[in-house]
Amino acid sequence: MNETVVSILDFTKKYGDFTAVNGISFEVRRGEIFGLLGPNGAGKTSTLECLEGIRQPDGGSLSALGVDPSRAPRRLAGVIGVQLQTSGLPAEMTAREAMKFFCAYHGVASREDLLERLGLQEKRNTQYHQLSTGQKRRLALALAVAHNPQVIILDEPTAGLDVASRAELHSLMQELKEQGATILLATHDMAEAEKMADRVSILLRGRIVATGSPRELTATGSGYTKISVRSENSVLHGNDAAIPAVSQKAVKEEYAIYFSADPGLTVTAVLEFLKSREDKLIDLRVERPSLEERFLEITTEGGVR
Amino acid sequence: MTAFIHHFAFEFKTGLRNPTLMLMNYLFPLGFYALMGAVMIPINPGFAEVLIPAIVIVAVMVSTLLGLPGPLVEAREAGIFRSFKINGVPALSILSIPALSTIFHALIVSTLIALAGGPLFKAAVPSSWPSFVWITLLTAFTFGSIGALIGVIATGSRSTVLWSQLIFLPSMLIGGLMVPLSLLPESVRSLSGLLPTSYAMQAYVGYAYGQATIFDPGISALVLGTSGVLAFALAIYLFNWDSQNRARRGHPLLALLSWAPYVVGIFLV
Repeated sequence: MNETVVSILDFTKKYGDFTAVNGISFEVRRGEIFGLLGPNGAGKTSTLECLEGIRQPDGGSLSALGVDPSRAPRRLAGVIGVQLQTSGLPAEMTAREAMKFFCAYHGVASREDLLERLGLQEKRNTQYHQLSTGQKRRLALALAVAHNPQVIILDEPTAGLDVASRAELHSLMQELKEQGATILLATHDMAEAEKMADRVSILLRGRIVATGSPRELTATGSGYTKISVRSENSVLHGNDAAIPAVSQKAVKEEYAIYFSADPGLTVTAVLEFLKSREDKLIDLRVERPSLEERFLEITTEGGVR
Repeated sequence: MTAFIHHFAFEFKTGLRNPTLMLMNYLFPLGFYALMGAVMIPINPGFAEVLIPAIVIVAVMVSTLLGLPGPLVEAREAGIFRSFKINGVPALSILSIPALSTIFHALIVSTLIALAGGPLFKAAVPSSWPSFVWITLLTAFTFGSIGALIGVIATGSRSTVLWSQLIFLPSMLIGGLMVPLSLLPESVRSLSGLLPTSYAMQAYVGYAYGQATIFDPGISALVLGTSGVLAFALAIYLFNWDSQNRARRGHPLLALLSWAPYVVGIFLV
């Protein structure tokens, strides 16, 4: 599990005078799902495209399973599977032909079972230009994993997918992980990253500003837990009674909302206060900070680690 | 080999499925053939002597110069080559297989033209069919390579049309197809030496029909073949996977090197 399969060291990518990625380093370990997060223009796609051998880096080194993308692109294609953010297939190529075509170039038998698995069975004889956006994304994913690559790179894999397709994709990712594949996932979808990734790196303006498991990242934020309370007589709304460990209080619709550094202490105090005022609890919600909130916190801070 | 078969089969089917390619590969050349056979020969009976090779060259030109480059440019612009690259499809296959399948379509049409010319239009048939075949293959290879090279260097559909027409139109007018080189003024004939069709026609007339030629047919075939090899080598060298990737191995104007044999040819023939 600790074996490094993707290594990126001091990687830099420039477009003219603009530095898109500025000396970043990270490693992805065998069998993990690693999320690369960041706002638009953060450098995610540039990083992945250099790792895939589509673009040339301007500094540093990248490798997947020890293969340098710029030196051995054919060998690299055999060990990685890639779903690009923007790519295409010939307009007249059917889904089935695409599967046969790429499997033939990878030297493996055609994996039409993947078309069925990803809900493309009925569209297998449909030409690419007649597929919907979601169907195109699913086909791209099927093609990316058809040759059983050890490393799978997915760039915004759920963009344009409906809820059912998204769930199927997550299930497939989990299955591939269980089979030993390593997945490098670039996404805007924080809920997806939080659900799927073992570790994530947050990229901002070409630099990595945070790395860790989603739980670790959310824990290193402000650390406040959101507690929302609704009671029959709303006695908490106008009351400024000191509730311990609370940094901030707000009222929204019928809820009193507390941001607490010690949710256990705060909840106990709130319940005691309601009991003392003979009010009746209707709803109580305790929510730990999400990765999305932590992401927004980091990106708003301007990239301070 | 399996990959080659799948790739070739797909490209060949695309030549039939895509309406534009269907037009370029079959409808336009055969329609033009019917028109020239039915209208031109009654007006100018002498044209029957060269109807078959002239229309074969037109068919090859339409498929390779007007049909082949566009899809290559569109594929690069649409990111299709990126998908190919990450799946291990080599650049050589990306260029050579569409060119081969286009040539294959052109050869099917050429066969129809050659076999139907005599019965339908009383056109002169080649005195040497083997020579006719190898000159047709050589012509198709050269134009296929030029078409692939245009597909590599053209930056969009407009420049594709510009480059293709820059060769196609003069070839139709002064390339020895509609008007024999012997009837052209001396000054225009020199310009004709810059066009591949002039050499192809001279090779046909000299070798396949055994008639007197203006250019030496052997040198004509050599010039044609050398240009084809140069054009294909330059297409591979200048090939770019990705229009967004500005790093390329050479300036597109290097493509003009493929015309060097014709410049030399003017002095040799």
